[in-house]
Amino acid sequence: MFVYYLTLGLRSLRRNPALTVLMVMSIGLGVAASMTTWSVFRAVSGNPIPDKAAQLYTPQIDNWGPQQNEKGEPPSALSYTDAIALMHAHQAMQQTLLYPVQLSVLPGGSRSLPIAVNGYAVSGDFFPMFEVPFQYGSGWSTADDEGRTAIAVLSEEFNQKLFGGANSVGREITLDGHDYRIVGVTRHWDPKPRFFALFGSSGFEDPADFYIPFTRALDLQIDTAGNNSCRGKLTATGWDDWLRSNCVWVTPWVELDSASEVARYRQFLEGYAADQQRAGRFAWPPNVRLRNVMQWLDFQHVVPSESRISLLVSLGFFAICLINTIGLLLAKFMRRAAEIGVRRALGASRREIYKQYLMEAATVGVAGGVLGLLLTAVGISGTGLLFTPEIARLAHLDLSLVGLTLVVAILATVAAAFYPAWRAAQVQPAWQLKSN
Amino acid sequence: MQIKPILAAMRHHRAGTVLIALQIALTLAIVCNALFIIQQRMAHLSEPTGIDEANLFVIRNQWAAQSSTPQIDAQIQADLAAMRQLPAVRDASPSNSYPLRGGGWDNFITLMPEQVQPTTDGSVYLGDEHMIDTLGVKLVAGRNFRADEVGRIGLREDVFPPVVIVTKALAERLYPDGSALGKPLYAMSPAPSTIIGIVDLLQRQGVSTWDTTYAYQSLLWPMRLADPHGLYYIVRAKPGQLAAAMREVPTALYAQNRMRIIDPKDGELSFAQVRERAYDSDRGMAILMGIISIVLLAITAAGIVGLTSFWVGQRRKQIGIRRALGATRRDILSYFLTENLLIGCIGVVIGTVLAIGINLWMVTQFEMARLSLGYVVIGVIVLLLLGQASVLTPAMRASRVSPVEATRSV
Repeated sequence: MFVYYLTLGLRSLRRNPALTVLMVMSIGLGVAASMTTWSVFRAVSGNPIPDKAAQLYTPQIDNWGPQQNEKGEPPSALSYTDAIALMHAHQAMQQTLLYPVQLSVLPGGSRSLPIAVNGYAVSGDFFPMFEVPFQYGSGWSTADDEGRTAIAVLSEEFNQKLFGGANSVGREITLDGHDYRIVGVTRHWDPKPRFFALFGSSGFEDPADFYIPFTRALDLQIDTAGNNSCRGKLTATGWDDWLRSNCVWVTPWVELDSASEVARYRQFLEGYAADQQRAGRFAWPPNVRLRNVMQWLDFQHVVPSESRISLLVSLGFFAICLINTIGLLLAKFMRRAAEIGVRRALGASRREIYKQYLMEAATVGVAGGVLGLLLTAVGISGTGLLFTPEIARLAHLDLSLVGLTLVVAILATVAAAFYPAWRAAQVQPAWQLKSN
Repeated sequence: MQIKPILAAMRHHRAGTVLIALQIALTLAIVCNALFIIQQRMAHLSEPTGIDEANLFVIRNQWAAQSSTPQIDAQIQADLAAMRQLPAVRDASPSNSYPLRGGGWDNFITLMPEQVQPTTDGSVYLGDEHMIDTLGVKLVAGRNFRADEVGRIGLREDVFPPVVIVTKALAERLYPDGSALGKPLYAMSPAPSTIIGIVDLLQRQGVSTWDTTYAYQSLLWPMRLADPHGLYYIVRAKPGQLAAAMREVPTALYAQNRMRIIDPKDGELSFAQVRERAYDSDRGMAILMGIISIVLLAITAAGIVGLTSFWVGQRRKQIGIRRALGATRRDILSYFLTENLLIGCIGVVIGTVLAIGINLWMVTQFEMARLSLGYVVIGVIVLLLLGQASVLTPAMRASRVSPVEATRSV
């Protein structure tokens, strides 16, 4: 019966080619618009670290006060003073401070032209906390942090560029004229959005080339390549003065494995801010936050509003395409009322009619899905026209998107056919037979 | 024209009527908002910067060797002298940034030394006495910086100039009575800076939603940024010699000192490229909304054609009877046109409510502006005309139905 309905459906589609083409295009365009914008949206709104997103938290402390903070919210990074205090208190299982740095390297030895490389100044806990995969060697220990050692971890890509991909652990690298001993080489690691360093970044930039100890970077007075935000009068006369200022630029992360640990850490933050108030450094009551990865991405508005708006508009577009399809299917089915009458009179039950017409709609859905797939491929290759390059390159057509496109097209068309098919099944045989 | 029989007929085709009305309503709602987004984005991306964009380019110069502030400052001055001597270069200035860079250095501004709540915010551009000529901005009051007023800023030094030049927008925000020249301002500085000059128009470094509150509020500081990070060189080519200047300048800089980084990919950008980058998401949104609007209108038109054709086919017999009873072709034609107009009217009423509702929701979600009613009016007219146009062909076919049809096989 299934095959019979399928051939009936295909034959009927050939009967009104104009109407069929219209329906297939309607479904195809609607699905393609939705899938193209969805492919961008899912890339920018995804969970960058699914295993640990609920255990990683970033603390915020209001060191600006109610008159100067951001509408009641504490700043999105810490001042050096507060960052170091949190580090020394060591209230979490693992913890890291970090800031982005940009340094120069001579890739072909001392006679070559320098190039700029990007990395992060981090604490040793950074690597296990964020599950950074290693190709050679490993990260570094807390002892290295405290010893302010001149060591570095390179990314796979940077190691490829400098050492041709060989095991470079133990070798030296010169960054901005300072030597570092290489202790590890990561595998390709590029969580998107880059949740851990959003202060002065969209979260979608090129992956880091290297990591160096936070403490070492401070000793060398390596300035942040990210944001630096201050309040009040600026009076720093140099590096040390700036470190003591209210300028925020350090991003902290802590790992908290249970709800009780989170509660305890929150309490600790409150207590720390209260101590600062008592000491006269803050003239306001504690105003602290502790957000996990997904809460942080949400708070930082990492998903560009363009991506949201275009997805919503595309879904509205798809809805209209479906309404259009309902109308066209209705016209198509009801035009064959006489034929339905004959089939009913010959003994076909309403159920049979209903099934037959849903089947016919499903064939439209398949055709629409295939067209939609082609148009989605075109759409994704054209995302560069619609979004900024760093976001457009995240959209790609993978197997799951292909499957989703086809499934959505078929399901949506069949759903659109429920009412027209029901109307077809309601046709009274006697009425139709009477006059033909 | 009699409305009553049309209404009666519509009651028989309730599903089709509802579907067309719904489709018109949703199309109106989306097209209105899409047109509005297009207009907003286009207006945003065609805002002027106030500078000589056609002849400008910028170089991001990073230092590769660590050296002291005086050494860096000396190198900057040597670089500038070398650049200004090039045949294709009209002028050059050191800076920390340039308009449309996409955010950067901005300071809160107060009028009183003890004031905590800022009066406003200004985008800070560092530059020397050549900055105004390099940018090509017009000095409308006061004077330019003198060479002896230009200072330098080293790593994390908060140095403030005693004299500043501000844009007209900032001057009017600070001193609405027009008396800004010679008056003080505090750009997060402990000591006042005196306004010695006012330039006509100079866009900020950022053009995000946050920046639009402070649009065109910029200030120029007579400073060279001599920190180990590096700086930007803004270069103005002689008219028509931009390409030549963009070739000459990096070569001249590397000849000065090769321990610097000018990224091969985006270390040197013409201002046309800067503008393109600054507004690429706005342009993308406008394109996407344009495509969606056009396709949506086409699909709605096709849907109306399809359903009306079906109705015409279904009613051939009734049309034949009406024709036999004396109705003219015009009567039949106007019947279908009126029917469509009625459905269209229901659709646009619902659509208007939806359009405004969607816009209000977007205002809360995406910091968008309120939809102006002009767009709804345009949308309504477009959709009603579209409905009439798409119904025309099937209605013409209906009007050609011969009265003989009435006599066939009843």
